[in-house]
Amino acid sequence: MSGEIRKLLTIITESALESDLSEVIPRLGAHGYTIVDARGRGSRGVRDAGWSSNSNIRVEVICDAATAERITGYLREHYYRDYAMVLYLSDVEVLRPEKF
Amino acid sequence: MDPVILFFLLGLFAGLARSDLRLPPAIYELLSILLLLTIGLKGGVELAQQPVGSILPQAVVVVLMGILLPLIVFPVLRFAGRMDRPNAASIAAHYGSVSVATYAVGVAYLASVGVSFEPHLALFLVLLEMPAIMVGIVLARGVSRKTKWGRLTHEIILGKSIVLLLGGLLIGWIAGPEGIAPFEPMFFDLFKGVLALFLLEMGLIAASQARALREQGLLLVSFGVLAPVPLALCGAVVGWSIGLSVGGTTLLAVLAGSASYIAAPAAMRIAVPEANPALSLAASLGVTFPFNIFIGIPLYLAVAKWLHS
Repeated sequence: MSGEIRKLLTIITESALESDLSEVIPRLGAHGYTIVDARGRGSRGVRDAGWSSNSNIRVEVICDAATAERITGYLREHYYRDYAMVLYLSDVEVLRPEKF
Repeated sequence: MDPVILFFLLGLFAGLARSDLRLPPAIYELLSILLLLTIGLKGGVELAQQPVGSILPQAVVVVLMGILLPLIVFPVLRFAGRMDRPNAASIAAHYGSVSVATYAVGVAYLASVGVSFEPHLALFLVLLEMPAIMVGIVLARGVSRKTKWGRLTHEIILGKSIVLLLGGLLIGWIAGPEGIAPFEPMFFDLFKGVLALFLLEMGLIAASQARALREQGLLLVSFGVLAPVPLALCGAVVGWSIGLSVGGTTLLAVLAGSASYIAAPAAMRIAVPEANPALSLAASLGVTFPFNIFIGIPLYLAVAKWLHS
């Protein structure tokens, strides 16, 4: 079984940004995304999801490399300075490349 | 002292002692939905039994007060507290806006001492939520075109607290006392119990602000204690001058003296991201909320009685 390689872009950030991101990600060319609630600890302290203004989300986007670059560039420019945000990229093998 | 605030103390103690006690987020959501609906329904049912025409001029004055309060807070923080502009504006928005939990404790307190109040205070609660947030954004940004006003207005007006409060008011008003009677066990009879559980969680959340308070120190603590009294005095004077009863004057003072911790933080995080949310939350939740439920509310009732005597 062999698939094609795509980028998996993972964003961990404040849940306050959820509605922003769900508008931005499709606009920059990704075909879809998945959001889950998250909690953890980082440079901005413990974010334990105990209640709404202190919770995190993890957003996953599978897309081609060019789109991934567009999205990371946009997020860096608009959100890095003021929001808790972690971004990372990895290669994933997808079985139905036409979906992504 | 109303025993319901002992639950807040329990939560605060458990949080500070690092107990593993934690309310599931979904339960906390449900409790806040129940509280908001109950406050709305109660106001709506009573509004249905009286003419509403006289409320409009009072409502205008209340909205003006909502615009004025952050304008009092901002210069104090900016110049006396030497705080930077975004943070001063954000805290001003929090303190101009209102806290439903403080209001609910105020309602419970008035019931326990047998003081009645006008039903449309629930409507004033809705009206006071938004203006201060808008003023806070303008104070931080100026009237900038970069601010997405459309989206922000949508977010605040259709935020859950306004939707549920207004929805409850409308349902109560349409259904009237007989229509609401079957719901009474769920909403009105359980009010104290729901409030107790809600305050337990509030205690846990307030305890989580302790670290921010230790780091930010004296300015926040002293502001959190000193700000509510003069703000509440404004509310009491406004309430008295627009002809509210002793109970109504007390609750308007409670609203003016309280600080938002749901609507304002969410809106300011989006509109003024460079403001540090830990500062405003630590002051409003960690200091002002406990101050108001333990000392503020009985004090505001005393002030309202004195104004009316």
